[in-house]
Amino acid sequence: MNIRRRVALSIAGFGSLAVLAIVLAPLVGSTSISLRRAFDWSQPFDANVDAQIFFVARLPRTLAGALVGAALATAGVIFQGLLRNPLATPFTLGVSSGAALGAMLAITFDWTIGFGGITAVPVAAFAGAGVAVAIVYALASARHRGLSTDILLLAGVTLNAFFSALILSVQYFADFADTYRTLRWLMGDLDVSSYQPILSAVPLVVVAFAAFAWLAKPLNLLSMGVDSAETRGLQVVQAQRRAFLSASLATGAAVSVGGPIGFIGIIVPHLVRLLVGSDHRVVLPASALFGAAFLVGCDVLARTLIAPVEIPVGVITALIGGPFFLWLLVRKA
Amino acid sequence: MAARKKSLTVFIVASLASLAFLAISPSQLGARMAAQSKPSRIVSVIPAVTEMLFAIGAGPQVVGVGSFDEYPAEVRTLPRVGALLDPDLERILALRPDLVVVYESQVDFRRQLERASVPTFVYKHAGLADVTQTIAAIGSRTGRVTEAASVVRAIESKLKEIRTRVEGRPRAKAMIVFGRDALALRGIYASGGVGFLNDMLEAAGGSNVFADVAKQSVQATTELILARRPDVIIELRPQQMAPQDLTNELTAWQALSAVPAVRSGRVVILADQRTVVPGPRVAEGTELVARALHPGAFGK
Repeated sequence: MNIRRRVALSIAGFGSLAVLAIVLAPLVGSTSISLRRAFDWSQPFDANVDAQIFFVARLPRTLAGALVGAALATAGVIFQGLLRNPLATPFTLGVSSGAALGAMLAITFDWTIGFGGITAVPVAAFAGAGVAVAIVYALASARHRGLSTDILLLAGVTLNAFFSALILSVQYFADFADTYRTLRWLMGDLDVSSYQPILSAVPLVVVAFAAFAWLAKPLNLLSMGVDSAETRGLQVVQAQRRAFLSASLATGAAVSVGGPIGFIGIIVPHLVRLLVGSDHRVVLPASALFGAAFLVGCDVLARTLIAPVEIPVGVITALIGGPFFLWLLVRKA
Repeated sequence: MAARKKSLTVFIVASLASLAFLAISPSQLGARMAAQSKPSRIVSVIPAVTEMLFAIGAGPQVVGVGSFDEYPAEVRTLPRVGALLDPDLERILALRPDLVVVYESQVDFRRQLERASVPTFVYKHAGLADVTQTIAAIGSRTGRVTEAASVVRAIESKLKEIRTRVEGRPRAKAMIVFGRDALALRGIYASGGVGFLNDMLEAAGGSNVFADVAKQSVQATTELILARRPDVIIELRPQQMAPQDLTNELTAWQALSAVPAVRSGRVVILADQRTVVPGPRVAEGTELVARALHPGAFGK
């Protein structure tokens, strides 16, 4: 089967799964609504509770889940390819802990800085992610002609630990309700309650995805080893730089919308690889679509399982993802 | 002979023992009794209990307070010794306290104090009724039973007055919000059906839209707020707010215009510490909530 056919087939398969998830997810929630009333345009929107539950509560939440899921899953693919390590996740290189530190600061000190209609917490999270990426990138580029993936990995892991320590010390300054909210932020939350956060993140994710499309072939070459890729004419350092920066951009955007939702970036790529092989030209689009469907599905569980109490979506992804991943590991072995 | 010798030995040992007892015990025993009956060096890391201590006149005995203590003004000059998550044992012991007020969940901290033979008063946030009970308990522990009783009476009569004022009025369906991201409708936490915030709301003539959730806090998602349709939304903030911030924060709610409270302009921000500390000012906090719920019941 040629590559175009495989790409088309996997897009059709995983795409229909994603569309199905996105269409069905807004139909369920912690309460029951009348769809007929929700789509009854004769009623003013201001007074139509069913319409607002559908369009203000559920639809943005579903779209946020799709965007975050797609971004984290593909960022996972890129990081695994870049570091040539199957255990890499979008959060391995410190992006999420930088974002978490930013969000903690914004919540604890009640920052009101906004940016183009987005509020302080996502802005601070994104800025924190940027700081972490800049530090790791600078360290990995220093004293090297190119980009050392070893230093990238070590610096990222160390930065994760360092930022975690800073987060703990920020929490000492938080009062009780703030501590609760910061902890909750760390568990991931897609209840965005407006389209603004999604609209602001879309351009960033689009830029990252454009880079991912370019990266598919270079990552295939890199998977054979750096030397072999070089002899085949790949500009390895340039590819590594683009991979690191674009995957970090996607991760930063995703975390600023939904918080650091774990496991998506490791479960989805591996599952997809099991199903379609390891050619990045197929794995990347398939992971984006399956990641979207997976996170939207997890969020449905998060808001319905023990409604009206909400389970943090990061807890659901971990509870489903962890055992599933272990099962995959054992089965493969 | 042998028997006499033995009884003599017993006599000597017994008298020596009683002598030793007399020599050592009176002062120590006395000190212990005093510590039990009337502590003179109290450390409290719980703002609500610190307020209670000052309200019953035990303020002069307080020698250390928590990081978040702000009321009354006297606490600002006292040494700060940490709080719920980070009590500073060393600084606390250096203050030579004879009573430390601790939170129920501070298990390790309590054990450390126990090992240092420092008596503790264990406290836990619960309902509105527990506030007066705690005041009575800390009153008897510090030997200020009558003062505590009069504080309790004042709270109870104030609560009774509020209940009388709102009696017969339709109970407003309300949501009490105590945490939210700045300028956004995200990360919203509201009072569930238990705890003093819920009790305050009930006493103030409201009914909690989350009364069915048997937890102190509920994550109020967009969907839940829309579905529960509160007629009044009351946001509690511990700190004073600038008028412009207040306006901006109220405007953030406009995104949920289908919520009756938003549509009818009945979102209220109470930026007042009295509404969030379950201490001796709890009845004043309750009155603020009642005024927000039933403006007509209170003449200006």
